Amino acid sequence: MATAAATEATMLTLPGDAVRQIQWRFADRFDLQMLVQSARSVARSTVACMVAAGERNNHEWTPAKNEMLQEFDRAGITAAFMEPEEGGFIAGPKNLALSLAAFELAWVDGGAATASLAGFLALAPIHERGTAEQVLRYKSLSAPPHAGEDRKPWRGAFVLTEPIPYVGVDTGMLSGKVHVAEWQDGEEPWLQVDKRGRFITNIAFANFATAAVNSNDPRIKGSCVVILEEGDEGTFDHGTPTKKLVHQLSSTGDPIFNLKVPANRIVGGYTVKDGVIVPNFNHAEIIEAVFRRTRVPVGLMTAAKLLSAVEPVIRYQRGRFRGAEGAKPGTVRYEQGIQQREDALHRLVDVWATGEAAASLGFAAARLFDTLDPIEKRKTEILHERGIRGGRAEMKALKESEHRAIEMLSLRPDDPRRAELASDPLVDFVLKDTEANVVCPATKLWNTGHGTNMMREAVSLMGGYGITEDCPGFLATKWMDAQLEATYEGPEAVQRRQLSVTMTSEVFLAQFRTWTAEMRRIASARPGTGACTLASAMQMWQWTLNHLQKTTDADGNRLYHGQRQGVTFPLADALCWLLASRFEILDVLELEAKGNSDPVVAEGLAGTVQFLSDLCHTQAAQAAGEVQRICAELVFGYKRHPAWDEEGHHGCFLASELEAYEEVMPGISACAVDVVSLDGEHPEKAGPCADCSGNSDFLRMQNKLATCLTGSRLAKDRAADTVSRVMIPEALDYPA
Amino acid sequence: MANVLHIVVCAGIVPDPLQTLEPVTTPAGPGLKNEMVLPAVLDPWAACALYEAAHLAAGNPGSKVWLVSLGPKAKLQQVMMTVAQKVNFELVPIDGPIGGFTDAHATAAVLAETIAALPGLERDRLLLFGGWESATRGSGVTLQLVGERLGITDQFQGVDQIALRDDGSFEVLERVEGGKHQASVCGGTPAVLGWATGNLAEPRNNPQVGMANMRTMMPALQKAKPATLAANGLRYASVSLPKQQRTTRVVKDMTADAIASELAEWIGAE
Repeated sequence: MATAAATEATMLTLPGDAVRQIQWRFADRFDLQMLVQSARSVARSTVACMVAAGERNNHEWTPAKNEMLQEFDRAGITAAFMEPEEGGFIAGPKNLALSLAAFELAWVDGGAATASLAGFLALAPIHERGTAEQVLRYKSLSAPPHAGEDRKPWRGAFVLTEPIPYVGVDTGMLSGKVHVAEWQDGEEPWLQVDKRGRFITNIAFANFATAAVNSNDPRIKGSCVVILEEGDEGTFDHGTPTKKLVHQLSSTGDPIFNLKVPANRIVGGYTVKDGVIVPNFNHAEIIEAVFRRTRVPVGLMTAAKLLSAVEPVIRYQRGRFRGAEGAKPGTVRYEQGIQQREDALHRLVDVWATGEAAASLGFAAARLFDTLDPIEKRKTEILHERGIRGGRAEMKALKESEHRAIEMLSLRPDDPRRAELASDPLVDFVLKDTEANVVCPATKLWNTGHGTNMMREAVSLMGGYGITEDCPGFLATKWMDAQLEATYEGPEAVQRRQLSVTMTSEVFLAQFRTWTAEMRRIASARPGTGACTLASAMQMWQWTLNHLQKTTDADGNRLYHGQRQGVTFPLADALCWLLASRFEILDVLELEAKGNSDPVVAEGLAGTVQFLSDLCHTQAAQAAGEVQRICAELVFGYKRHPAWDEEGHHGCFLASELEAYEEVMPGISACAVDVVSLDGEHPEKAGPCADCSGNSDFLRMQNKLATCLTGSRLAKDRAADTVSRVMIPEALDYPA
Repeated sequence: MANVLHIVVCAGIVPDPLQTLEPVTTPAGPGLKNEMVLPAVLDPWAACALYEAAHLAAGNPGSKVWLVSLGPKAKLQQVMMTVAQKVNFELVPIDGPIGGFTDAHATAAVLAETIAALPGLERDRLLLFGGWESATRGSGVTLQLVGERLGITDQFQGVDQIALRDDGSFEVLERVEGGKHQASVCGGTPAVLGWATGNLAEPRNNPQVGMANMRTMMPALQKAKPATLAANGLRYASVSLPKQQRTTRVVKDMTADAIASELAEWIGAE
C-alpha cells in the first residue's frame, strides 16, 4: 500500500459535479442538480444502450426511439420546460435548466439532446408570445402525466424551414400561406393554413405544430405563427423521414399541412382592425424571441462532446501498448502508452481547453437569459405604462436608456451617479439585452463551428479506432453530429451576420472596453490565467473594428459594411474566441473564490484551479493568435501591394543613390531592401515591400501581443503533465 | 389490514465502483487515494434496503421511512441529488468521516444514538433496514451492532424478501447456501433486516419526488450533527484490493449455455 503523497498543486481527478456546480453557478440550485443527475441517468443508460445497439442506423422513428421519449418524461426532462402549475418542477426562467439537460444528453448522443430540445422548441413560440390560454393548454397537454394519471403527453414540432427554393438563411421569406376560410359576423374567424416544412424535428410523432405562415389574404395582415393540431380538419401529413447521416435519435421529416383552424390559434392572439385580422406578433418577432434562447443549448451540446472525449482519450492513450510484446507492466510504455509523447498530450490539452471555454461561454449565455427574462418583462410593462408598444416604438424609446447605459459604464464604481443609473430597470435591460444579442450567436457559432473542428482532433487522437463503431465515447458520431449542430437553428452565416450587427452596438463596445479593463485587473491578481494576453487581444480587436469602420479599401470602398462579409464575418469569428476565453477565465476565478466553502471541492482545489488556469492560459494564447491573424489580414489585406511600377519605385532606392549615401552613411546599403537599378532591374519578388506608415499603432499592438504570449507554452506543458497523471475511472460509465 | 411501520434505513456512501480505488495510508489510517474527491453513490446493498423500505411503506399507509447516513455532509448532499429522486424518505444525516476503515462499534454507537433520538419514532413499529454487505470494506457487523444497541434481537441477514401479514407478523426470506432461501416467520416489529439485493428494480429518477424530499433534506443537511468516531484500538496491518481480473472480449451470438460453460471452466481454473 502506498503512502499518500503530500498535497501538491496538481489536479487529482477529473473535475466532478461539485466543481462544475460552482463553475457554472448552480451550486445553490438543487432542482438543477437533480435535473442533471436525472438527465445523466437517461443519457448513460437508455440512450447509450440505444446507440451501442445500433439504433442510429436507421432513419425511421422506431419503438425504441419512442421509448426514449417516455424515459425523458419519466425522468422529468420533458417537465423541465414547464412551470410547477403546468406539471413541471422548476419555477422561473429555465434557460440554464434546459442547457444543463441538453449538455448531459449530448455527452452521450446529440440526437437524443435534439429530440428533447425540439419539443421545447415547438412550445417556445407559445411560451414566449402565446396568450395565457394557449400557454396553459399546450404546456399542460405536453406535460408528462402525473402518477396515476392515464394520459399520453402531446409532442410538438416547430415548423419554420421550408422547401427549396425558400430554404436558406433568410427567415424573412415564407411560402407557407394563411387565408380566411370562414368569417361569420360576431364569430371567431376560421383560417385555412397551407404549409410544407423541411427538415422538421420531432415531426414523426408530433401531435401539434407551431408553423410560421404568411398571409395571402388582404383580411389578414402580414405574417404570424399558427398552432396546428393533428385532429384539425384537413391534412396533417407527417411526411417522409429525412435521410440524415447524423442525429438519428431525433426524428426529422418534411411535413405537409393543409388545415382549417380557428383564428385563436394565432400565437399571441390577434386584434381586428377595420375588418382585418392583425396578429399581435408577426412570425419574425416570435422566432427572434425563440431562437435567441434555444440556440444556446445547441452550442452547449458541442461543448459536452468535447469534454466527454477527454476521459476515453486518456484511457486509450494510456492503455495503447498494453498487451504488446515490448510493453511489460511497470515500464513507461505500459503505464503511459501514447501519453509518453508530448504531442498526444498537447493536442488533448487543446481539445480540453476548447471544451472548457465552450461550456463557460454557453452556460454564461444561459444564465444571462435567465436573468434577462424577468427584466425583459419588466421593461415591457414600463413601456406599456408609457403607452409605448411594438418593436420600432420600443427601440426608439430605449435610445435614451442606451445613452444612460453608456454613461454608467464610463463612471467609476464608487461614483454615486453610477449606482443611480444601475438602479434604472431600463438601463439594466439595455445592458443585458445587448450582451445577450452577442453571446447567444457567439455560443452557437463558436461552440459548434470551432467545436466541430476540435471534435475531429479528438477523433484523431484515437487513431483508426476513432472512426469505428467500437470507439469508446462514440467520438466519431459525436464529430459528425457536431456538424449538424453548426447548421440547424441558424447556420454559421446567420450567426455571423447577427454578430456583425450586434457587436457594433455602442453599448456593447462600451461594455467590451470594461471587460478589457477587467481582464487587466484579473491579470494583475492572477497572472497565470492568460487574462493579460486576452486583454491585449481584446484591445487589438476593438482597435481593428474601429479602424475598419473608418477605412476604405484600395478602391475607396467602405470596409465595414453589411454586404462586406469578408470583413465583418472574420471579425465576428475573432470576437467569439475572445468571449469564450473570457468566460473560461471568469469561471475558474469563481471556482477559486468559492471552492473552499465546499469540503469536497476544497480537497483538491489548488490543483484543480492550477490546471484549469493553465487551460485558460492555453486557450487565451490560441484566441490571441486567431485574433492577431484575423486583424492583421483585415488591416493590411485590403491595401494594394506596391508594384514595380513608377508609383512603386517612389518607395525604392536607386542603386546610384545608394552608392552616394554610402559615402556619408556607411552601411546603409545593407539595410536597403528595395533597390532598383537605372535599367529598372529589381529584386525578384512581388513588388517593393509595403510600408508601415499609418499602421504603427497596429504594429505596436501586434508586437505587444506577440510578447504577451510569454509563458503560455509553459502553461500548456504543465497542463499536459497533469493530463498524463490525473486519475481517471477504471471504465467509462456508459456502454460504448 | 395495513400495518403502520417506522422503517429506519442505515446507509453509507461509497466511491462510485467505476472509479479507480487505490488503497493508501493517510495520517488518519488506511484510506483510498483521492477518496474525498471521487464521485460517491449510496452503498448498493443499503440502496436495495431503501427501495424495499419505500415499497413496504407505500403498501402500508401511515408508514414512514428515515434514511440515516453517516458521512461528510457535502458528499451526502451530492449523492442525495440522485437518491432523493427515487423514493420518499426523510434524511437524517450525520456529518462524519468517509471510508470503510472506521471501527464498526464506534459507527454503530453513533447510528444507534441518532436513531434512538429520532422524533416521532415508535420503537415497537421499528424495522431497522440496512445492507448485509457493503461496497466499502464489508465487515458486515455494523447493522447487527446497531440492532443490539437498540435492543432488537430479531435479526435477519441476506434478506431478499419480506411479506407482511395482517396480524403484524411477517415472513422473511434469507439467502442460504446453494442459491436457496431460508424462510422464517417473525412475530412482529421491531426487527433488523440486513438486505441482500431484494427483488425490486432500482426506481427511476423522478424530480417531483426529489423536490418533495429536498424540502426537508436541505435543512437537515445544514443542521447535520458532526460525529467523531473513536478508533477503539483498531489497527490495520495491511490493506489491499481484491485481485481484479478484467479481460473483456466482445463476442456476438454466443448462446447462454456456451457462456455458462466457459464461465464454469474459468472458475474451475481459478
